[in-house]
Amino acid sequence: MGYPHPSHPRETPVLSKYFGDAEARTLAGWQARGGYETLRQALATDPVEVQNVVKDSGLRGRGGAGFPTGVKWSFMKPDGKTHYLCINADESEPGTFKDRELMRWTPHQLVEGTAIAAHAIYAETAYIYIRGEYTEPIARMREAVREAYAAGILGANAMGSGKRVDVHVHKGAGAYICGEETALMNSLEGRRGNPRIKPPFPAVAGLFAKPTTINNVETVCAATHVLRNGAEWYKSLSSLANPKSTGTKLFSVCGNVARPGNYEVGMGFSMREFLWDLCGGPPAGRTFKAIIPGGSSVPILTPEECEGAVMDYEGIQAAGSLLGSGGVICFDDSQDMVRQIARLARFYAHESCAQCTQCREGTAWTTKILERIRDGQGTMKDLDTLLEIADNMTGKTICVLSDSCATPVVSGLKKFRHEFEAKIPKNRSSVMIPAFSPAAA
Amino acid sequence: MSLHAMAPHGHDEHAMYVPVFTGARRAELDELLTRYPTKMAALLPALWMLQEDRGWVSPEGMAEVAHALDLTPAYVKGVVTFYTMYHQHPVGRHFVQVCTTTPCNVCGAEDVVNAFLRETKCGELGVTSPDGRFTVIEVECLGACGFSTPVMVNDAMIECVSVDTVRDLLAGLD
Repeated sequence: MGYPHPSHPRETPVLSKYFGDAEARTLAGWQARGGYETLRQALATDPVEVQNVVKDSGLRGRGGAGFPTGVKWSFMKPDGKTHYLCINADESEPGTFKDRELMRWTPHQLVEGTAIAAHAIYAETAYIYIRGEYTEPIARMREAVREAYAAGILGANAMGSGKRVDVHVHKGAGAYICGEETALMNSLEGRRGNPRIKPPFPAVAGLFAKPTTINNVETVCAATHVLRNGAEWYKSLSSLANPKSTGTKLFSVCGNVARPGNYEVGMGFSMREFLWDLCGGPPAGRTFKAIIPGGSSVPILTPEECEGAVMDYEGIQAAGSLLGSGGVICFDDSQDMVRQIARLARFYAHESCAQCTQCREGTAWTTKILERIRDGQGTMKDLDTLLEIADNMTGKTICVLSDSCATPVVSGLKKFRHEFEAKIPKNRSSVMIPAFSPAAA
Repeated sequence: MSLHAMAPHGHDEHAMYVPVFTGARRAELDELLTRYPTKMAALLPALWMLQEDRGWVSPEGMAEVAHALDLTPAYVKGVVTFYTMYHQHPVGRHFVQVCTTTPCNVCGAEDVVNAFLRETKCGELGVTSPDGRFTVIEVECLGACGFSTPVMVNDAMIECVSVDTVRDLLAGLD
């Protein structure tokens, strides 16, 4: 539902059904709403069968990459090794705040999904890595885990199944990059959150060098509903026009918009209806200038590009961007795009882990150049330099933070070039840096 | 400015360091160690315990954590400096973090930061107010973009702060 706003009739609240319902937070409240029955059944089912139902449902990772969840789970074989499950609750992508609400309102939904996913990948231990700033979600999750242990839902004999399922909440300490799966594993191990080179992939050597699966909060929550109601039911929630994107998706909407909040709609929903009807369009007296549909790392769209788009993995890609994490950032006509793109670049410069040169230097120089254009000190050549740097930052580093910084710059320059040019003094051909003179040095 | 004015948590660099991990805190750490196959994995949680008790992560505290987890102080410092939430120096009694990343920025977050700097008399980002009550910083995306502008005061996240509500918010703090 469009929390904090009342649910819109065109929404399909599955994951968000109990947002705003304080009773659903407690174990008793969750069980009264049917909670943990699916876990009980799952624990009595062969993991391969659990994997197959999720495969059939078409559920894809909701953290941004969109990898088929059941397929990911099926990489984990009963090989006798210790397996780990990591739940990525490091939600830090600007514009995204869905996992926060899932954990604040329905902590047991995540405990249940986590326990099911652990069973599906032959793991006895799961860690829920939550970003340090999420103090309330951390407290809610810790309480839910405590309740679940006390009730025998978790522990050595989970729900009397004879299987061990341990779930631990691990608090991060402030680093966007720890949302990258290999950085998250390093952070959990007590290291600096530097992403690792792949291969080896986590399913081979992940957390503590053991086979590991990493899933997003929303993904495992959705998996529970898939198992409860079946793969066909899950598929029927989406528009059915596109079999590759199924079920519902939580979209976080923020920025210059009449009703910001979290909205859950079936995949394939019309973006026009979503933005202008569900979210109420731009603030009164304004028009939209730009929309970033999937968190700050994806290409910027113009309102015209959004109008005909459908909201699923393929639909948003066809419109020229990506579904990403589902964080929809709205900019109205009062916004200075150069200023805002510069601010985004500053975010990435701050968050670069600095192990790859292209990223460490690229994010810093991109920010420096954008801020000088913003301040009326840029040159036309700066625009070419920005694109050149962006090219050097794309596809050349260990993780995609570097690419994520380049993306809004490239799409911003393409779609709002006139705003950049308007800030460049007409007669300015080069930056006024005094020529280097050995005598003066 | 005296050290005490800057350090409401009572740091005195000449005093003997009192260990954190004794009694109940030691038991808590021991319980924590059972959750992970390596001692090192308890590093972030141990640093959190240190900061909760002392208000910041001092060099002496890092050495204690290192000793408790069989790590070197240099390694611990390397990890501490990676993460933004560990304070490497004492901060005001109320540590105020205002999100100014793009989604909040378009909703006027920079004005909110300036209001905090003005009303707390901090004047500058990262500087503790003369009375030791406040330190204000800009923070990158707090993950509450739909509730612009979110502000964290120590462990409390306050949603939808605007220039008009800053004064009332501060009035409620000691």
